[in-house]
Amino acid sequence: MEKTTLFDKIWDAHVVKSVPAGPDVFFIDKHFIHEVTSPVAFLNLEKRGIGVKYPHRTIATPDHNVPTVDQDQTIKDKLSRMQVERLRQNCAKYGIELHDLGSAHHGIVHVIGPELGVTQPGMTIVCGDSHTSTHGAFGAIAFGIGTSEVEMVLATQCIMQSKAKKMRISVEGTLGKGVTSKDIILYIISKISAAGATGYFVEYAGSAIQSLSMEARMTICNMSIEMGARGGLIAPDETTFAYLKGKEYAPKGEAWDQAVAHWKTLKTDDGAIFDKELVFEAADIEPMITYGTNPGMGIKVNGNIPSTQGMEGSNKTSYLKSLEYMGFAPGEPILGKSVDYVFVGSCTNGRIEDIRAVAQFVKGHKKADSITAWIVPGSREVEKQAQSEGLVAILEEAGFELRQPGCSACLAMNDDKIPAGKYAVSTSNRNFEGRQGPGARTMLASPLTVAAVAITGRITDPREVFQN
Amino acid sequence: MAYDKFTILQSTAVPLSTENVDTDQIIPARFLKATEREGFGDNLFRDWRYDSAGTPKADFVLNDPTYSGKILVAGKNFGSGSSREHAVWALYDYGFRCVVSSFFADIFKNNCLNIGVLPVTVTPAFAEKLFAAIAADPQTEVEVNLPQQTITLLATGDAESFDINEYKKDNMQHGFDDIDYLINIAPEIEAFAGNR
Repeated sequence: MEKTTLFDKIWDAHVVKSVPAGPDVFFIDKHFIHEVTSPVAFLNLEKRGIGVKYPHRTIATPDHNVPTVDQDQTIKDKLSRMQVERLRQNCAKYGIELHDLGSAHHGIVHVIGPELGVTQPGMTIVCGDSHTSTHGAFGAIAFGIGTSEVEMVLATQCIMQSKAKKMRISVEGTLGKGVTSKDIILYIISKISAAGATGYFVEYAGSAIQSLSMEARMTICNMSIEMGARGGLIAPDETTFAYLKGKEYAPKGEAWDQAVAHWKTLKTDDGAIFDKELVFEAADIEPMITYGTNPGMGIKVNGNIPSTQGMEGSNKTSYLKSLEYMGFAPGEPILGKSVDYVFVGSCTNGRIEDIRAVAQFVKGHKKADSITAWIVPGSREVEKQAQSEGLVAILEEAGFELRQPGCSACLAMNDDKIPAGKYAVSTSNRNFEGRQGPGARTMLASPLTVAAVAITGRITDPREVFQN
Repeated sequence: MAYDKFTILQSTAVPLSTENVDTDQIIPARFLKATEREGFGDNLFRDWRYDSAGTPKADFVLNDPTYSGKILVAGKNFGSGSSREHAVWALYDYGFRCVVSSFFADIFKNNCLNIGVLPVTVTPAFAEKLFAAIAADPQTEVEVNLPQQTITLLATGDAESFDINEYKKDNMQHGFDDIDYLINIAPEIEAFAGNR
């Protein structure tokens, strides 16, 4: 029998038909929608005079533009309010499950999907959001789509997609102290660049990946898009099953046993061929931070910003433009640079383990006076858990401002904006120009590094703070 | 819903050689709050085009009257980052019908095809030729011929062929979109869904 990859197995099981010299008609098991990329899709359905074909396969939540304060009140920003209201209307009209602001399971779409157990191994999952790749941590094919494709899924539960090439990235060995899964993915992207996996779907493998918790795996899969990959996935294992067991939407009883038996078959065959294979050593990975304006521009936190040696033409021009935006010079160290804001949150690092890590780190310390520290839980469930574990008290004592769930300062669609020219060290996923507000300067790092920066007010190696 | 049919486009071109232009630059998130698809062109490249007071920045290419046209010649890894289709809506609304680059991000490229803005991938050498030709003569015309799958610098005849799958090519030429196709095969999809 032909040896196939995990990606092949799931993909091939979802092809309704292949168009000759064209894409596959690809069936979608679960579709997540939010307020920003869905309204035009619904509008077009109306223009065509058609409805939602399989409403039970779509789940909605408002997350991108929602305020992170006073969520029990009417949204003040008129345009945001209109988008959220439109989402409510569309969900009511077509019978789509909505986890609205203030409800028990409201949160960032990529946080609540796994939390509810909606996300399961072997599924195909899409959402009008590039960080849909997060769900790949469960051994699902999950990726972001455009609004035209949101419309296709609503209308037919299918999209037209050409199968991506396959890449396996293995990370072997044991991670050092103070090194997290965020550092793994920032390291990989820094090695292969922000376009290094374009055209590929990535399977993450190796002992360092297998040893990670589900939440840590989600952080890695989440940022697959930041190296251009269509998505990333990790074969399901006992860690996956343990996470899912008992979740609201997870199968129960006999159905659970059957599901697990099937999920255990979801792995790449020995000897299956990938179009590209990369192997990294966990021992080489140190706490990482970005210094530029795409996620590939990352270095170890105690390293130097690369010089322009060997660069020429538009490559050099683009590099210098990026450093100019950040206010950094080629060749200089990044350690010790002063910082104005820290942000803990987003679909990358807004889960309970992230908040625990930060709380544990800052316990008994105060944030630096010069720092504004925002912590935004990824969901109501995360918020509730942080409160019941006493983490909120620790964080508030340390001077962090706890906000309500949403995408928040990751993309600054709401009022959570970093002011122009200010430096933010953020647990989110993108350091693009203006991403966290016009003129904002973003440096991406792990929750541990962010916690260390919050205390010192400067770019700091979290391992140094551990020692003191 | 695709907008137009696309066959042969002859136009001057606008050069933007910056690499790794992400969709947050093409259309910043704070302008994504509309519930309709029109009007995004005003905010295309907003923070590169205007300062915080809303005054056009003279050094940005879209504000340079020397350059105009329906073709954007872009740097490597164009359209990376967010999947927001609004980026393509903004390019379309501004007047672009074709984007040329030596390397596109995947989702952006798909979004272009779904809207009817033709993404043309050229070799890095041909991209350099285009940038040089436009710099030497901003009025130089470029022809993008979809039926023949060629892109040509009309002044010199320098040309290159580009790839596009037959299905997407046919859609673009006839102004069809994927939903038209999917709705036509609804019984097959229903049979597939019924078994799950």
